[in-house]
Amino acid sequence: MHRFANPGRFMRVADRLQPWLLWGGLALLVAGLYKALLDSPPDYQQHDTVRILYIHVPSAMLAQGAYIMMALGSASFLIWKHPLGDLLARSAAPIGAALTLVCLITGSVWGKPTWGTYWVWDARLTSMLILLFLFIGYMALANAFDDPARGDKPAAILAVVGIVNIPIIKFSVYFFNTLHQQSTLFRREGPSMPPEMLTPLLIMFGAFTCLFLWLLAVRLRGEFAKVRLRAIRAGLVRRAETAGRRRAPAGGPVEEGAG
Amino acid sequence: MSTTTTGLSSARRRKKTRLYLVLGGLGCLALATLLMLAAFRDNIVFFFGPSEVVEGKVATGQTFRLGGLVKDGSVDRPGAADEGAVWFTVTDNAQDVRVRFAGLLPDLFREGQGVVALGALNDEGVFLADEVLARHDETYMPPEAVEAMKRAGTWKHTEEGAAEGGAGGAGYAPAAQ
Repeated sequence: MHRFANPGRFMRVADRLQPWLLWGGLALLVAGLYKALLDSPPDYQQHDTVRILYIHVPSAMLAQGAYIMMALGSASFLIWKHPLGDLLARSAAPIGAALTLVCLITGSVWGKPTWGTYWVWDARLTSMLILLFLFIGYMALANAFDDPARGDKPAAILAVVGIVNIPIIKFSVYFFNTLHQQSTLFRREGPSMPPEMLTPLLIMFGAFTCLFLWLLAVRLRGEFAKVRLRAIRAGLVRRAETAGRRRAPAGGPVEEGAG
Repeated sequence: MSTTTTGLSSARRRKKTRLYLVLGGLGCLALATLLMLAAFRDNIVFFFGPSEVVEGKVATGQTFRLGGLVKDGSVDRPGAADEGAVWFTVTDNAQDVRVRFAGLLPDLFREGQGVVALGALNDEGVFLADEVLARHDETYMPPEAVEAMKRAGTWKHTEEGAAEGGAGGAGYAPAAQ
């Protein structure tokens, strides 16, 4: 466990995985889009509108996955002070926000022809909107301070507290009457969807997962570089200060007693 | 030497304290959220079912959403005699509420379909709807499969089965409280 908590080692593993994730994800995306848009049957009620589902469902699932990852990373940062946890959370947040937005927009576009409305304030749609606000709030809080390290802790606390929203999203369609239908995939009797629709959905889910992890690795490298840059800059400043202090006796008396 | 060991163990103790703090905090938060959602359940539900309406959960004239299935054979279009309005019955297979709606119906509207209507009850207990939304169920199927099932005589509109299934169904059954 602690082997991967070392950011350098973690990044080396991520580096090796990155091309596989990118090209694998793109290949799955092409195959999935072909099957979803051209090579799968329309629905008996929704006709071709059903094809929105192949984007909507994977983005909804991965948006929640991104949040869980963000919360777990933040928790490990708060409890064990793992620097990687904070970096992971900071990297996952914008990707999760984008996926949530995709989920909300595709859902809204689907809702108009199917339900007759773009938006309703039912428990599922509202809790998903709250998820978007949690992501945005996290990003705002994490970057609200001049010294980014000061934003780590409040943002991490927000991420951990916000995890209560995830079960609310999941169970909203069972606990409350909602306009949104219940889960098609996770049912006691198995998915209520024929294999010719389930296959493209699973391929798209695989594609989204690969591309999500690829983006995460790219962003993680960026966050990692930012931290290193800050450390180097701080080191340079410190060295300049000590060099200045060493030169000081020759230049004249500086308040050395205070130091 | 002894100072480093005590330093290490105190760091470990702090980590453990933080772990319990986070877990305990999350536990309290989860409990508080659960209690709050349970308490506000009636306000958070998107619609009331016919049984809840018949029970008298909503007052006459109060705007609310009514959800359920369009009862088979209940759709009636008097046409020009009634400003082109549509009359239909919303049912949860236990209680019925008659609905009047003058406006554009969603494409999915038909008998046996789940709908959610926004409006209010009048003095005769008729629900005057201002807006009707179709509710989609969680079943997806290609049209050919439906045709085949209809030919074989095994086709049954899934939402009817779901509503009969009670709590596990599409949520039209009155909530067990």
